[in-house]
Amino acid sequence: MSVAERTQGPALSESGLEAHSPLARLQTWLEASATSAFILHAVLVVLFLAIFPLIVSLYVSLSRLQFVPGGFQLTFVGLDNYAKLVVGIDREHFMGRFGEPHPIGWLFFGLVVLSQILLMYRYIRGGNAAVGGAIGRIVTASAITAGAWLIVHTLGPASRPGTVVVTLIYVFAGIVIQYTLGLGLAYLCIQQIPARRFFRVVFLIPMMITPVGIAYLFRMLADTTKGPVYPIWNILGLANTSWVSNPWGARAAVMIGDVWQWTPFMFIVLLAALESQSIEPIEAAVVDGASRWQIFWEITIPTILPVSSTLILIRMIEAFKIVDLPNVLTNGGPGTATESLTLHAYTIWRTLDIGGSAAVAYMLLFMVTFIGVSYANLIRQRLAEA
Amino acid sequence: MKRHVALTLGLMAVLSLIVTACGGAATTAAPAALPYQGVTVNVLTFTGPQIAEPLQRHGPEFEKATGAHINVATVPFSDLYQKALTDFSTGTNSYDVIVFDPQWMGDYVAGGYLEDLTDRVKANKDLQWDDVGAFFRDFSATYQGKTYTIPLDGDFQMVYYRSDLIKTPPETWDDFIALAKEYQGKDLNGDSKPDYGTCIAMKRSAQSYWMVSSIASAFLQSQGTGQGGFFTTDNLQPLYGPNEGFGAALDVYKTLSTLGPPDQLNLDVGDTRGLFTSGRCALSIDWGDIGPLAVDPATSKVQDKVGAVILPGSKKVLDRASGKLVDCDAKTCPYATNGVNHAPFAAFGGWSGAINKNSKANVKDAAFAFLAYVSAPAQSNVDVTIGKTGFNPYRLSQFKSRDAWLKSGMSEKATADYLGAIEASLNSPNMVLDLRIPQNAYYQGTVLDTAIAQFLAGEIDKDATMKQISDGWNKKTDELGRDKQLAAYKATLGVTK
Repeated sequence: MSVAERTQGPALSESGLEAHSPLARLQTWLEASATSAFILHAVLVVLFLAIFPLIVSLYVSLSRLQFVPGGFQLTFVGLDNYAKLVVGIDREHFMGRFGEPHPIGWLFFGLVVLSQILLMYRYIRGGNAAVGGAIGRIVTASAITAGAWLIVHTLGPASRPGTVVVTLIYVFAGIVIQYTLGLGLAYLCIQQIPARRFFRVVFLIPMMITPVGIAYLFRMLADTTKGPVYPIWNILGLANTSWVSNPWGARAAVMIGDVWQWTPFMFIVLLAALESQSIEPIEAAVVDGASRWQIFWEITIPTILPVSSTLILIRMIEAFKIVDLPNVLTNGGPGTATESLTLHAYTIWRTLDIGGSAAVAYMLLFMVTFIGVSYANLIRQRLAEA
Repeated sequence: MKRHVALTLGLMAVLSLIVTACGGAATTAAPAALPYQGVTVNVLTFTGPQIAEPLQRHGPEFEKATGAHINVATVPFSDLYQKALTDFSTGTNSYDVIVFDPQWMGDYVAGGYLEDLTDRVKANKDLQWDDVGAFFRDFSATYQGKTYTIPLDGDFQMVYYRSDLIKTPPETWDDFIALAKEYQGKDLNGDSKPDYGTCIAMKRSAQSYWMVSSIASAFLQSQGTGQGGFFTTDNLQPLYGPNEGFGAALDVYKTLSTLGPPDQLNLDVGDTRGLFTSGRCALSIDWGDIGPLAVDPATSKVQDKVGAVILPGSKKVLDRASGKLVDCDAKTCPYATNGVNHAPFAAFGGWSGAINKNSKANVKDAAFAFLAYVSAPAQSNVDVTIGKTGFNPYRLSQFKSRDAWLKSGMSEKATADYLGAIEASLNSPNMVLDLRIPQNAYYQGTVLDTAIAQFLAGEIDKDATMKQISDGWNKKTDELGRDKQLAAYKATLGVTK
């Protein structure tokens, strides 16, 4: 049947909208496609802006840049850039130097393995076990065990953490401290203390300052030989020691700056969560004679758990990308002691080894995605249900 | 009402016509007087204040004389290489002039981003090209026989010492260490606080990775400039690798890291210069900057108390065949003085200006005129005597005529000492040329810089440092093609003076 024939017939008779008529079908099709058509350009823009660079940078991470007459060329080198990081010349920088762990390290490792086995056991005995969930859990458990192995083998007496472990320290130690401090401050600010509105504003200020400004501020504060706190160091007899020349001292300096900047973020969200909890259960608990600690632990904490889990997830993803503080404060030094993964990528990129730099950035992306997804699936879900 | 509106509109139209006509007349009259009226030249260099300062200062003068507006943008030193190269290679072309490290020229010339200045340089009278030292003309400004940059600065590293404390300047690195030990912890500026034996910039990702080469060169190169101080010339094996010569240099550097301020590992050249001129250090290694900075009455507490001397040497040098250190004799150290092999290091090569090939023709003309103006003896001979410019002598007239130096406040003796140390380095037949093979920024700025920072911080030991540098360099050489890199290395060594 030709197109001309199809357009004739029942469709043109009577109302012209008879069901099953070609015109009606066209109309239905148009209506159905309209939804797609209206969002198509938005999807294309998103694809172009987000997915396209991702794919290009993936290709870049598999290639090497060279300057040739008339411009530059990218040569495909396979996984060479990744191999450099994991088994090649940059392994010590990226993964760290392995050494025999400290007994405490072994203890920690044992606890991690034990907890993974326990979790797995509980999952299987729980009765809701499915193949997909089990595979996911096995992958996560192996990754956590591998991470713990890396941490204990690079933090021992004769070893040295690489940029991966340094970043993990910044993220997890930082978040624990920031959450604890933020919760403490928020709890204080909901009490009926004088000038608490003023304190709320003051506690927020660090978050408003640009990270580079904070890095310069802490660089001055950390300078024991001439900074504003020199007199104090001098009285303590420490004016001739520099804590930013010591690996752990420098890492501590970076973490103090990070904590100082990001505690307010935890504070403001937790303050809102604390203020929004309903007063009735607390009043009931008071009537029943519960102590303050019991009220906090049994009522307040469960109420703010869903907010906390989201808060930690956001902060965790953000914390993995730390770069400004170590870059300005110590340039990643002494040696590579304070270098985060982003700074590692940035240092390589500065000499336009963009393939190597993209490989580091992709490793970071894998890590953040994996940890973020595992956290969301395993911990957050459980916390939110609790 | 309508008529009113029409009338007002008509009046406005006539008025705007008149204004445009007058304005047109005004702009057409100007170019006759000023050759580059309306041209803006965008210059990129590093966050100074040195180097950027003289460019910013001469910009308005130049604008007044020629009409060209000079716009100076700055980025941190560690970002400069990629910033300009990314801008050019992506076709953004937001910069017309880059004032940069001529060591990187290879990567810029390979991509075809730099304007060939050979003919312009020959034609320009103000520039007085023959007055520029031959080394800077032939090495810093030239690549593969063509001139691509105009030198604005001359760079050698040397040793500065407090001449009021030290009567015999160090001849070898052992002497240097002995002197540093002697003065470490003593009060050197009369404020009864302990001061430092030596102040050397050892910060990572800063302008400090040249310092280790200043020490290593004395152990690694003894047969003249053509021997090369970074690689062997037969198969491009790194001399900065597992051998006794580089090992000895690392020992010296590590010892010096303990004979300075407690935060020495976190100091850049700006910091060490400040410490030295405030009288807190007995010794320092630096480019020519400390000389003029020390006579600045506003900041210096060591006026007329500063001596300068060629980089110390070594009585033992590397035998490349065996990898061992051997004693200096007529055969092993033909250029030795008093049995000491000096290998002055032409670190960096001196800040130089290059022009973007893809800028508009009239912008390129204005850009060249500006660089020639800043480099011309009338400006340059004064600039080199001012510490904060960061410009150090590179013209013959700056060495010959000492009036400008004396006028700047430098004493006769200090002038002779300072210029003498540079001249001794410049004239040395065993001068070590800085690395200028493709992607040298990666070899030095990433591999060498990271390994040395880790070594000084105690993260890796001497053997691991030597291995890490040599593995990193070899990997890059193999990636880029060993034969090509070797040919490029030999070509740079062929240009001696």
